[in-house]
Amino acid sequence: MSFIILGVLLIVFMILNIVKGSVDVPFSDVIAIFSGGDANEVSRQIVLSMRMPRALAAVLLGGALALSGYLLQTFFHNPLAGPFVLGISSGAKLIVAITMVFFLGFGIKMGSIAMIVAAFIGSMIAMGFVLLISKRVNNMSMLIVAGIMVGYICSAITEFIVTFADDSDIVNLHNWSLGSFSGTTWDNVGVMAVIVIITTIFVFLLSKPISAYQLSETYAANMGVNVKAFRAILVLLSSLLSACVTAFAGPISFVGIAVPQIVKNLFKSSKPLLMIPACFVGGGVFCLLCDLLARIAFAPTELSISTVTAVFGAPVVIAVMLRRRAGKMD
Amino acid sequence: MAQGAAPHDKYYFTAEKMTVGYDGVPLIENIDIEIAKGEILTLIGPNGAGKSTILKTITKQLSLLGGAVYLNGEDIHKVNQKELAKQIAVMLTERIRPELMTCEDVVGTGRYPYTGSLGLLTEEDEAVVKRTMELVRISELADRDFMAISDGQRQRVMLARAICQEPELMILDEPTSFLDIRYKLEFLNILQEMSRKQGMTVVMSLHELDLAERISDKILCVRGKTIDRFGTPDEVFEPGYIDSLYELTVGSYDASSGRVELPRIEGEPEVFVISGNGTGTSFFRQLQRLSVPFATGILSQNDIDYPVASVLAANVISVPAFTFFGEGELAQARAQIDSCGCVVITLGSEATIPHELNSLLEYAAGIGKQVLSPGEYLAQRAAQA
Repeated sequence: MSFIILGVLLIVFMILNIVKGSVDVPFSDVIAIFSGGDANEVSRQIVLSMRMPRALAAVLLGGALALSGYLLQTFFHNPLAGPFVLGISSGAKLIVAITMVFFLGFGIKMGSIAMIVAAFIGSMIAMGFVLLISKRVNNMSMLIVAGIMVGYICSAITEFIVTFADDSDIVNLHNWSLGSFSGTTWDNVGVMAVIVIITTIFVFLLSKPISAYQLSETYAANMGVNVKAFRAILVLLSSLLSACVTAFAGPISFVGIAVPQIVKNLFKSSKPLLMIPACFVGGGVFCLLCDLLARIAFAPTELSISTVTAVFGAPVVIAVMLRRRAGKMD
Repeated sequence: MAQGAAPHDKYYFTAEKMTVGYDGVPLIENIDIEIAKGEILTLIGPNGAGKSTILKTITKQLSLLGGAVYLNGEDIHKVNQKELAKQIAVMLTERIRPELMTCEDVVGTGRYPYTGSLGLLTEEDEAVVKRTMELVRISELADRDFMAISDGQRQRVMLARAICQEPELMILDEPTSFLDIRYKLEFLNILQEMSRKQGMTVVMSLHELDLAERISDKILCVRGKTIDRFGTPDEVFEPGYIDSLYELTVGSYDASSGRVELPRIEGEPEVFVISGNGTGTSFFRQLQRLSVPFATGILSQNDIDYPVASVLAANVISVPAFTFFGEGELAQARAQIDSCGCVVITLGSEATIPHELNSLLEYAAGIGKQVLSPGEYLAQRAAQA
């Protein structure tokens, strides 16, 4: 039932994202474009080369972010964990910025794969810091605070680099570092689809150990899970997912925390078999909605995607914290 | 004992010269354990003695610092973890906080080692879950959120989870700590049944010495550094041993009955209590609560009032079992009555009072001491206060 709701929402927002924008494309034109009928050439251009890849990117990357958040929440047994709050997105951003500036110095523009590799390395470095800190603090809020600090440090260094780099392409870098789905090409969609879909399948196959790990690490070990290997895989997969997002769309806040929480409450379950596909679709829906608002709310001016995700995501985080507090009382 | 030698055939679970501890620092060394299939081993010992450390080492949560642990003759540190999961189930003191999981879901996780690659429960698994929940009598909790039930209920859910795993060896760390007496008995009864009927071996730690003594086939006494004793309850629960194991300096533990008493009130006795046949015990405790030092006698040492009198009374005048009250004891009793403020008689109707004790009553009345029933004494005290 809940899956039907999510599926319907996904289709509705997909259509809205294609139809709506600074120039509205009539729905009849959209149908014509996809059914091979004749449509306005401008509309065709807008739909096929701009809105369609962008909407697909929102779905794939939104799904990847939500899933990455879900994995991190599982890993840390902390409902507030996510790639953005833990500073992992910012770590990815930092390394991408450094390599970008470095390559631009030689007049080379980075390709998608290079961006992803850089982002992945950045994610892993930030994750390493967070893991070190998590060994010393076993308080949930402290871990988040530490993650946010890591994030701020990375962002500060990124700003520093961006400010002092002297290249016109830096303007792009600046836009990218705020987070946006704009300018996604079909090539990009191809690369992200391969990475995100393969990773998601891997995550889905991990449903069983994830369910054991949700109980506790010790119980998981007793049930036959190789906890060390499992933890390493969890870190790798969640970093890969968030690195892919950061490489293509920059750091996007709150999706990783908010979506798994919303989905959990929608399904009234935390079973990984349900949660993994649901988080993915939910993340896609959430990002489609946010991107739509980012584009049309103050059109023709476009908002950064994080501005919108924060508006919807932050209240969810506050709600989760309040509920935790209330839970502790009894 | 050489590795792979005969004892492994005889014993199901053995630990040889096992050394346990945290972060490579040995806490307890040279632990030897030998238990046969279907036996129940209980670890007892004071807080912080290392019971959990031993259990955590056996479950491989902590790495072994020396020696070896064998299950069915196989070194558990060499057996594949997945295979081990079908043989050993654990119940830990660690609190789990699963989100949005019903109790049935939690119990179902016990089937994990038997499920396929996606972890879906088959009909057969569901049946095992259902049966186990009935056995532990938590069927009515099935659809409740695990986080919304009491600590005691959670312990029973976790027991069901462990049973669901259909293990040959179950390891439980203080499994009954949150249970009331009814559930404690039910819980241990289930373990006993499973060990008898299905040959399940149990290794657990318990704080309830009386229950440990009754349920265990073997007891391991843990006290820092080394294992103090390992053996049958009879060998371990010798009079006075528990007091020394736990370094009891306040109160006492009676090994034969599993009875604990608070410390006696020392001082010059204010009351002389004439009792016997179990009529005195509750009054002794009442005096202890009121902080009144008292003397009692004459008691035969096999009188059921004697054990409590001996640990609570400031002075007990007694005779060995199956002997008569002699003139010596009577003289002692009279002297004690002289120094007490009053005499309390807990024996009800006069017909049951032996004539020696009657003579003490007459003596007390003769020298002008008050002779009261427990009720009268307490009323008088209350009036004075």
